[in-house]
Amino acid sequence: MSYLRPDIRQRADELVSLYPQRRSAMLPLLHLAQEQDGYLTDEGMAEVAELTGTSPAEVRGTASFYDMFHLEPVGKYVVGVCTNIACLLAGGEELLDHASKTLGCSIGGTSADGLFTLEETECLADCDIAPVVQVNHRYVRTTTPDALDALVTDLRNGRRDDEIPPHGTLIRVRRNGGLRAPRAQVAAEREAAQKAREARAAKETK
Amino acid sequence: MTSLLTSTTTDAPMTDALETRTTVTLTVNGREVTATKGEMLISAADRVGTYIPRFCYHPRMEPVGVCRMCLVEVDGPRGATLQPACYIQVGEGMVVNTESEKVKKAQDGVLEFLLANHPLDCPVCDKGGECPLQDQTLAHGSGETRFIEEKRHFPKPIEIGELVLLDRERCIQCSRCTRFASEVAGDAQIDFAGRGDNIEVAPSPTEPFDSIFSGNTVQICPVGALTAKPYRFTARPWDLEQVESTCTTCAVGCRVAVQSSSNRLTRVLGMDSEAVNHGWLCDKGRFAIDSVVGIDEAPLTDSARRITEPMIRRNGALETATWGEALREAARIISSASTPSAVGAIGGAALTNEGAFAWQRFFRGVVGTDSIDAQYGDGLDPVLVAALPRATINEAAEACTVVLLTGDLREELPVLFLRLREGLVKGTTNVVEMSASGSALSSLSRVKLPIRPGEAHLVARAITTDDAPLTTLASHPHGGLFTSADLMEARRLIGEDGSGVVFVVGRPNLAESSAPIEAAIRIFAERFPQAKFLPTLRRGNVNGALDMGLTPNLAPGQQFALTAGRSTLEQLRAASTGEQSVIVSLGGDILENVVDTALATAALTVASLIAVTGHGGPSLAFADVVLPATVMHERLGTVTNIEGRVSLLAPKVTPPGSTWPDVAIASELAEEFGQNLGLSDPEETANVIEATTGYPCGSAMRSTMEGIVVGRIDAQTERRPLDPMAFPGIRSADLVGIAPRAGAIASSDATVAGIATRPTLSNVVGELNPVIPMPDTYSLRLVVDRTIYDNGAAVRGTEALRALVPTSVLRVNPHDLTRIGVTSGGAVRLTSARGSEVIAVVTDVAVPRGCVALRLGTLATTESSDSANVVNWIVDSEQVVVEVRMDSL
Amino acid sequence: MAVLTAPKIVSSRSEYSDSHSMSRYLATDGFTALRKALSMHPEAVAAEVDSASLLGRGGAGFPAGRKWSMLRKAPVSYLVVNGDESEPATFKDHYLVEREPHQLVEGVTIAAYALQVSQAFIYLRGEFALGLERLQQAVNDAYEHGALGSDIFGSGFSLDIIVHPGAGAYICGEETALIEALEGKRGFPRIKPPYFPAAIGLYGQPTVVNNVETMANMPWIVNNGGAAFAALGQGRSAGTRLFALSGRVKNPGVYELEMVKNTFRDIIFDPALGGGIVGDKKIKAFIPGGVSAPWFTPEQLDIPLGQDEVAEQASMLGSGSIVVLDEDSCVVRAAWRITKFFSRESCGQCTPCREGSGWLERIMYRMEHGGGRREDLDLLLDLCDNIAPGLSWPPQQTTICVLGPSIPSSIHSAITNFRDDFIAHVDHNGCPHD
Ligand SMILES: Cc1cc2nc3c(=O)[nH]c(=O)nc-3n(C[C@H](O)[C@H](O)[C@H](O)COP(=O)(O)O)c2cc1C
Ligand code: SF4
Ligand code: FES
Repeated sequence: MSYLRPDIRQRADELVSLYPQRRSAMLPLLHLAQEQDGYLTDEGMAEVAELTGTSPAEVRGTASFYDMFHLEPVGKYVVGVCTNIACLLAGGEELLDHASKTLGCSIGGTSADGLFTLEETECLADCDIAPVVQVNHRYVRTTTPDALDALVTDLRNGRRDDEIPPHGTLIRVRRNGGLRAPRAQVAAEREAAQKAREARAAKETK
Repeated sequence: MTSLLTSTTTDAPMTDALETRTTVTLTVNGREVTATKGEMLISAADRVGTYIPRFCYHPRMEPVGVCRMCLVEVDGPRGATLQPACYIQVGEGMVVNTESEKVKKAQDGVLEFLLANHPLDCPVCDKGGECPLQDQTLAHGSGETRFIEEKRHFPKPIEIGELVLLDRERCIQCSRCTRFASEVAGDAQIDFAGRGDNIEVAPSPTEPFDSIFSGNTVQICPVGALTAKPYRFTARPWDLEQVESTCTTCAVGCRVAVQSSSNRLTRVLGMDSEAVNHGWLCDKGRFAIDSVVGIDEAPLTDSARRITEPMIRRNGALETATWGEALREAARIISSASTPSAVGAIGGAALTNEGAFAWQRFFRGVVGTDSIDAQYGDGLDPVLVAALPRATINEAAEACTVVLLTGDLREELPVLFLRLREGLVKGTTNVVEMSASGSALSSLSRVKLPIRPGEAHLVARAITTDDAPLTTLASHPHGGLFTSADLMEARRLIGEDGSGVVFVVGRPNLAESSAPIEAAIRIFAERFPQAKFLPTLRRGNVNGALDMGLTPNLAPGQQFALTAGRSTLEQLRAASTGEQSVIVSLGGDILENVVDTALATAALTVASLIAVTGHGGPSLAFADVVLPATVMHERLGTVTNIEGRVSLLAPKVTPPGSTWPDVAIASELAEEFGQNLGLSDPEETANVIEATTGYPCGSAMRSTMEGIVVGRIDAQTERRPLDPMAFPGIRSADLVGIAPRAGAIASSDATVAGIATRPTLSNVVGELNPVIPMPDTYSLRLVVDRTIYDNGAAVRGTEALRALVPTSVLRVNPHDLTRIGVTSGGAVRLTSARGSEVIAVVTDVAVPRGCVALRLGTLATTESSDSANVVNWIVDSEQVVVEVRMDSL
Repeated sequence: MAVLTAPKIVSSRSEYSDSHSMSRYLATDGFTALRKALSMHPEAVAAEVDSASLLGRGGAGFPAGRKWSMLRKAPVSYLVVNGDESEPATFKDHYLVEREPHQLVEGVTIAAYALQVSQAFIYLRGEFALGLERLQQAVNDAYEHGALGSDIFGSGFSLDIIVHPGAGAYICGEETALIEALEGKRGFPRIKPPYFPAAIGLYGQPTVVNNVETMANMPWIVNNGGAAFAALGQGRSAGTRLFALSGRVKNPGVYELEMVKNTFRDIIFDPALGGGIVGDKKIKAFIPGGVSAPWFTPEQLDIPLGQDEVAEQASMLGSGSIVVLDEDSCVVRAAWRITKFFSRESCGQCTPCREGSGWLERIMYRMEHGGGRREDLDLLLDLCDNIAPGLSWPPQQTTICVLGPSIPSSIHSAITNFRDDFIAHVDHNGCPHD
């Protein structure tokens, strides 16, 4: 029995078949498992282990290396405020403190209503609109305490939900193309071309 | 120092040519050094006595270069740069400086970084006194700390498995343990979690760390982060005494350091033996030392109980007696038999070669019977084994192709599994697996030719001759199990004459007579004259016992006996009909070792039983006399492993109570018959063996080396210098072991010439075409295989291991289970001609359709069974194959 | 005055709000370069790139053409595009994938054709959710348009591109760590040698790794020729480059400028560019190429924006991101925050970086927040020296990858240039700015 929901599992199977080696699907699969539960459950990781041909210890070891994966439950909205150099110079620390008060949670903590988790992030590569704030990895381009308060009110009232999906949902655009020619055939053609090139090169050097 | 090459190659001119091609010359600290091409700088430096500090490097694993302790200066195109000596291969003309100021500062810096977050709990740490970090700090550390910050904190030791505790604060992230788990053992049950200075070793979120090799991670941990529950706090390293010895838990014969503290066994560590175990051990071999002491409260019928006094049955109960009384009683029982052939002996795998030799001399010479057998009906014909060209473990590990026709090696001969796996993972060895129920090597096997019970010889024939047997195999009601393409691939891998091929042969299924397997082995041996064979007779010193003549048809030194006695199963059958009246049990417990318990029970009920043993066991309920023997780590002797390597078994502790070594028991018993065996002690016995048969026991006993392979002067390997960073806790072996005595024969001078009357294949009798009953569609064929944590003496006598004995569960192909409408995890009723039982069931695709598999020595869960083990009531040794039925409840 | 005459090579569609759409891309010369490339011999395409003297835009600045030719001897198996952009204050690749995703896809396809690779991966930083969606859409569009997949534009050349999301780990920008991540493992950089993933890359196969911006240059180079590209800029620094300007400037943002022709002063102060310091304060220091780079002071404002020009002054142009500190900025706090970043992002594999970064961060924290001691200055420098012996530039290292020797840059720069600020922190027992 699959722990992952059928729709998620189907996407997972697609991903596994996409890569030359199934372990490569690790990070995308973990994103999917996180999309289902908002964080990574032990069961979700065990299924990823099965799908990638690894051990649960390896999956947890890998997942815990990456900041975007949460191994404990988080709020519906994970709010990240950057305090790295460009944001620091633009008041990132102050905005983070303010967010902590507005959301009612400590840095790294989750609000009592389970709606928000607050994180201090490293540079999010949007430094010209600093300090940078992300909600569930969507840039909200909110740089002042007042704007942040307004955003939080919107979130509480579900007014930004079409723009900001629940935590864990990363890519909503599904891959719909793909190499239509069989991989083996492509590889064979490539190899033949390479051989021809080598032969040519060999002739030239002679 | 000679290189590995010169010591194994005898052809001098060729060696020279090879040497120039494969060596390079470099300069280390101004001195010229010759090294093997491809060798890591650190090990080349080791050989010339330039010690470069290190933590993550382990000579038996791939280098990773992560700890950075081994940085040295290497001249390159851009001037001298700091490079990790463990990761840099030697190069021609390379200029290396390991002592410059820059090197010293870098190394001191790394050490200071490692200590920054390391707790200051050395006084209470298990590793204190033998800790590479501590040692290196004493040697290089500055003595004062500049780190005034709060140290990293983790909750103190957490239990990550039944045997191992983890203290994450002490971890220095060298990754030796995680690499061992994934790279060597092949089950990554632990891995790093987290990132940066939060990185920690972590088990799986859902399963405990229960690898059967978990103890190795403890042994190679360079700090006290991983500790073994059984050893924790039992001793301080400076109180430990050590001998080098051989593990006899199974027949791989791993070299070990056995340590004790005030006559109490405390720890077993793996020695770095080039020929055998590369430093690794399985957890059973490592932790089973508790079974030497045993459990005092256990009843006599429990193998956890240690037997320390002679006993005689009086008024129906075993009572303590003096040695004199017990020996007289034993002699009386033996003498009371109508003819010498009404006496027989069973067992001997737990003996030393010297003990086995003495007993066979007693039975053949004093009693006059050839009914002696060190195997329990679950082995192979010793004549066949002796006739096969034997491979060494190294040859198997380096073979181009290995054919597996044996049980799951990870369960049966664990370190052989590790050694074979190495070549498989590297891709230098291909495996053809012929298995009845899959194994830990299945997933790495190039070709899988599954065999149902009774089919081994048919598959062998299909490989060696033509496709015709395929038709027979395919006509099975459930169809064939492999394609002719698989067969072609197997043939291709084995080649025309089998050169470079090693057949690893044993008994993949214990619920089947030995005939089909023995036929298969003979078919292979005849068809592939260049192939070598590694038999997997797996009990402790069974190979030595057979070589010492504890077999019905071979005399010591694998020479043909003139007459042939009864094998174990024949003895039991003869005893149950009254034809044989006396059974002498040597070592292991008969009821615990014979798979067909019903037969053994019938025999013991009728016959008299004299048990020479160190442990209790269910058979003692039938014993008339019990003679207490010394066991491993208490006695001196030699043992022989699967490849025929004779090595030293060294005593470490004084035997308890009135136990005697077997040589003494056999000699004294002979005295009761007015005869002198001429064997006063193990050393004399070893010399007698060597003098009379050429079998190198005497030489092996005087050697602290890795032992001597019978008939194989070329199988000697060189010993690496002990690297205390790689093998913390082991004292240099030169200081311990048996002191070499004047006049001792150097190991290479030993008489290892072939044995003249060694049997050949033509001496092997037995059916080449055993007739197997036709399978029918409704019954299933039983496969019985082994588990490492069986319910035997080593496990039962060791607190830490007892919890690991699995419960019995029937493994079934998903198709067969679906057919009766039961799901995996449910229960079924299993019925054989002998009775029926309810048993838990799981699906297992490695079990062929039409078969079911059970592990021997697992624990029954249902009340209906009074045997500890479900398997035993079901297997009927009269049958070539065992048919069962499976029904839903 | 700034020289702003050069063409926009990678940001030509910046004036359009729908620059990320396929229709806009097709309306603005989209895929013309690919069609042209496919009509050429693959080696000829590679030769154009070689002659363009395009230095890799990921930070190390290795010539793309040279990297490729090193590889063409063995058949290249995979092309991997590095879009992990996590170097603090670097945001040009983010700009490119969100605004010009099709240009990236076209560039990758051209490069794959030149290298004769049929499988490419674009490893994109996981936090770029919008970028991931736009890039996947662009890949889908390209498949539909026949610009990707089998038999591209009927040329017989086939390519598959997988958009692979990262998951939040700076170190995965390091190319060998990226390959590990792409193989589904923890992002532990591989030990060198080999110095390039060339021979043993993804799945142990020969692999080319190039930065997103490097790839984005391909269409222009093919359309206009390598020589036209090389004619821009000066010396080894050819073409234009995206510079990400941030910190205490009036107009932070991404600017595409011809290389070498402008100086740091130009980009920071020109009204058309940075526009000067916020509040017209004085500039105190600036970081010329990402936080791994040693800092510059106002004396170095007139150094041209060129790879070798910056290297000669013992720093690096790196990822092309410039951070400006003004007279009110606390250099101790800035250096502490950068150290904290490295400590959080150290992969943890090798000792000097794992333990050194954490130790340095804690000392710097005390400096800034109270508890700093005068002797800490020597301690800081000595620990830095144990990570990057000699504290020279380019650095030596005791670590596996160059994240290690990047850690000392800010601390060393701050202490050498602003020792008095540190003393003030010690005397004040914390930050005097607070
Ligand atoms: C710690 C570290 C982080 C890096 N991060 C990035 C990055 O985010 N993006 C990038 O393109 N290159 C990054 N690099 C450089 C890559 O290793 C590699 O040199 C580059 O991707 C090659 O592409 P190029 O030749 O096109 O520049 C990083 C290097 C290091 C050591
Ligand atoms: S230098 Fe740092 S990031 Fe690089 S390998 Fe070492 S620990 Fe990892
Ligand atoms: S880096 Fe060489 S021993 Fe650790």
